[in-house]
Amino acid sequence: MITVEGLSKSYGRFVAVDDVTFNCRPGTVTGFLGPNGAGKSTTMRIISGLTPQDRGSATVDGQRYVDIPNPGTKVGVLLDASAQHAGRTGREVLTLGAMTIGLPRRRVDEMLELVSLTPPEAKRRIRDYSLGMRQRLGIAHALLGDPQILILDEPANGLDPAGIHWMRGLLREYANRGGTVMLSSHLLHEVEVIADELIVIGNGRIVAQDTKANLLKTAGTFAKGLEPESLARALSQAGIHATPSGDGGVRTESTPEAVGRAAAAAGVVLLELRAADGAGLEEMFLQLTSDTQRDVATPEESLV
Amino acid sequence: MSTATAPTPYAPAPGTAPKPSLVRLVTVELRKLVDTRAGFWLLASIAILVVLASASVMIWAPDSAITYDVFMQAAGYPIGFLLPVLAILSVTSEWSQRTGLVTFTMEPRRIRTLLAKLVATVIAAVAAVVVSLALAAVANVLGAAVNGVDTVWNNGASEIFDWTLLQLLGLLLGFAFATLFRISAVAIVVYYAYNLVISGLLSVLAAFQEWFADIQGWVDFSFAQIPLTTHSMDGEAWAQLASSGTIWLLLPLAVGTWLVLRAEVK
Repeated sequence: MITVEGLSKSYGRFVAVDDVTFNCRPGTVTGFLGPNGAGKSTTMRIISGLTPQDRGSATVDGQRYVDIPNPGTKVGVLLDASAQHAGRTGREVLTLGAMTIGLPRRRVDEMLELVSLTPPEAKRRIRDYSLGMRQRLGIAHALLGDPQILILDEPANGLDPAGIHWMRGLLREYANRGGTVMLSSHLLHEVEVIADELIVIGNGRIVAQDTKANLLKTAGTFAKGLEPESLARALSQAGIHATPSGDGGVRTESTPEAVGRAAAAAGVVLLELRAADGAGLEEMFLQLTSDTQRDVATPEESLV
Repeated sequence: MSTATAPTPYAPAPGTAPKPSLVRLVTVELRKLVDTRAGFWLLASIAILVVLASASVMIWAPDSAITYDVFMQAAGYPIGFLLPVLAILSVTSEWSQRTGLVTFTMEPRRIRTLLAKLVATVIAAVAAVVVSLALAAVANVLGAAVNGVDTVWNNGASEIFDWTLLQLLGLLLGFAFATLFRISAVAIVVYYAYNLVISGLLSVLAAFQEWFADIQGWVDFSFAQIPLTTHSMDGEAWAQLASSGTIWLLLPLAVGTWLVLRAEVK
């Protein structure tokens, strides 16, 4: 159980984390979602005792991280897979971890096997590792001490599709056995497939927090017209607020019937008309975090 | 890879494993000194340079200088130059190589890791000193044979103690500067700037300002170490070493430790 209450951290006048409160419960995978610079990593570093907070508290099973006697046996932390001495071999990194925790050396081999790093790969130096291999090594390191809680910052970065599939299965099973997983990502689809709970953060503040199922229930309609501009005009004339979905269609809070009637009244040809499904989450993510999406046009801006 | 294997299940009520012992942390830090090519070659180059220094004495020194003391002094140059770098990198690499993200999450009580690093680097330094003394002894015997002179053992335990202390003080100074700056290049430059520039400037100051010449031993750490090199330590010299050492070694180490405990690890 990770408990974060009223957590705040500023760097000068920049507020990195602003009054953040959430829980990560045993048996669930909690996705920590937000654009780059939203405060995900800072929050995770505070939980792991690497960054002092200004206000609020962060505890792991009721204990501050610094009070955990042997953290490696309780919390597996992977904050940056590339934060390793480039001159060490993969096996050496795990050996140092096993020594610190006080584990037998065979644990190193078990973990290497778990993350599919072959013996020749384990003998190579980290500078020759791909990002995907570093992530595997980092996950192996986090799992060394058989912890009940995992804190993983962008663990899917650099993994190939097969690797992401593998990690998803690993974390799913880990949570099913009662483990607590907190993982961050700046890509919605990455978290969407793994997480049970979602915490969306933007500009240091939590903007949405619920089970994935609830967040996906967002009602609305997806419609696609033969001429997108005519459809947009027709909807706006009917008083229906719509936003482009990025694939030539629009999304609105209205019912499919209302959209259909508006299109019919204006004589607009529809190619698609249906109840919007979970993809609404993406729109929410884009909207809620639009302030920090500096180089991506927000839906409002791109609406003609 | 495609068949996901979950890690070993944890016990529902896991026994809280005890803190990593200091012995364990020291062992880990000792291993970290040599488990990279950079660390390994740094230590290896000390041995290689000691051999080269001994060879130079054997070849170029006059027969009268083929003594254990001269070989020991010669060995002191590479040690004095490189051991502080070993201590500096032990601390700064946690920041410059960003390994601190792992090190300080495995043992969040940073003071214990710092202490382990201090002990580990001192152990490495003592080992380097012992190896160098042995190499110097071999060189002394060889040098005497090659040059056809009697082997001269003119150094007793107290001279060897002074010399060893000198090497350790250099190492500790490097360690202190490392905690203060936590960036390899800066700590190394400041260390050499201190040795080559600041101590020189203080000597110049002493040469021109009588008031400073009177107190130089008490405030100039390099100057206070000169009696160690000339094996002429007395009560006042020890007091001056302690006084100047407090200013240049203990104070930076205290501030540096405070900074290490507070510094954000990114």
